[in-house]
Amino acid sequence: MVLSGKLLKNTLTAFFAVMPSLLFANQHADANHAEAETAVHATAEGHGEHIAVGELTPDQKKERNKEFIQHHLKDSYDFTLFTDETTGEHFGFPLPVILIDNGLKVFSSSKFHHGEEVAEVDGNYYIQHHSKIYKTDAEGTLTMGEHGHPENAMPLDFSITKNVVAMLFTAILMFLLFTAMARGYKKGPIPTGAGRVLEPLVLFVRDEVALPNIGEKKYRKFMGYLLSVFFFILILNLIGLTPLGINVTGNIAITACLALFTYLVTQFSANKEYWHHIFWMPDVPVLMKIALIPIEILGTLTKPFALMIRLYANISAGHIVVMSLLALIFFFKNWVAGPAFFGLTLFISVIEVLVAFLQAFVFTMLSALFIGMAVQDHHHEEDHDGHTEDEPIII
Amino acid sequence: MEIPGIVGAGLVVIGAGLGLGKIGGSAMDAIARQPEAAGKIQTAMIIIAALLEGVAFAALFAA
Repeated sequence: MVLSGKLLKNTLTAFFAVMPSLLFANQHADANHAEAETAVHATAEGHGEHIAVGELTPDQKKERNKEFIQHHLKDSYDFTLFTDETTGEHFGFPLPVILIDNGLKVFSSSKFHHGEEVAEVDGNYYIQHHSKIYKTDAEGTLTMGEHGHPENAMPLDFSITKNVVAMLFTAILMFLLFTAMARGYKKGPIPTGAGRVLEPLVLFVRDEVALPNIGEKKYRKFMGYLLSVFFFILILNLIGLTPLGINVTGNIAITACLALFTYLVTQFSANKEYWHHIFWMPDVPVLMKIALIPIEILGTLTKPFALMIRLYANISAGHIVVMSLLALIFFFKNWVAGPAFFGLTLFISVIEVLVAFLQAFVFTMLSALFIGMAVQDHHHEEDHDGHTEDEPIII
Repeated sequence: MEIPGIVGAGLVVIGAGLGLGKIGGSAMDAIARQPEAAGKIQTAMIIIAALLEGVAFAALFAA
């Protein structure tokens, strides 16, 4: 199997995009974690005992739904496809837990029994609390801090969680799809198989995203990154819409990682002109130049920050809306609400497919825009004279 | 009296809604005037909408 250099580079980039996410995968969105903490906490104790849902008051139902949605938004150590409420049985499969705590500890997450039991490994005890692993004793005691967060020691966590599985799956899928596509072009100019679907998307990223924003001369270098990021986000967004209950791009650690890549690519490919504009803005008074330095430096940071928040918030919001609407069926439990909210959920889900594409596009587009800003040359002078049609117009 | 965060969230949504409406409306006007430039206008519209959305979400989280 011979691979073309560029395609190999693309897929390698995708792998590298995944690798650091492993490190972040278990740290949760603390922003909504804090407020969720109080809401979930009240019901968390009742998790072990399984009461019949029909006997709950509306307030209790609301709490349960809230807890369920919060649980879905988070990463977890196993795949739980569904749970039998009456027997308390979970259907799904466990994933490996990898901890570094005085040496490597590898065990199956089934030892936690879905967070209900203490796992014992080589004389060490671990407990799972709100999808995080803490060190504990044989009874599973957790010392709660002031804000309701446990103060127990946390071992370094490199577990293959649900999100990590989804990302590895995406990376492998991308590798297979794009190498197959590359092989297809060796036989002739017409793509075969999955390439027929992917070619328009690749061309779209090139013609609509890279070319107008980065410019004809320099865009080739960044195509690998832009295509990787586009397909990585797109596939993960679409996986998130399946009933597997995976929420990867709605996890702020992962979007932060992606945004960090855009930031690094932008800063390391920036030219003299870009740094000149940051540290010594031309055509303004000297005092203003000094005042502008911190503002410009902050400006480089807010751009990836906005990228991070945008993707995370959009995908999370979508998941919350879909799940809340579904929860309303079980809240009302009558013949009118069932079909009505089913229809509404279907409608929102279709919109979510659009959002999945749109957010992948927007992330790539803005990445290209920021990179384009960093690599452009002398557009100030050229705008007055010698501005030609084929020059890139940078917004 | 302390104003609850949810009021802030509501204000953010009002602001974002007005902003998005303005962008969408102007884009529609522009496309109606120059239908051949629809593609370029749409791209620019999405960029501005995305930027606005970023600000709105940041404010929502702060609220």
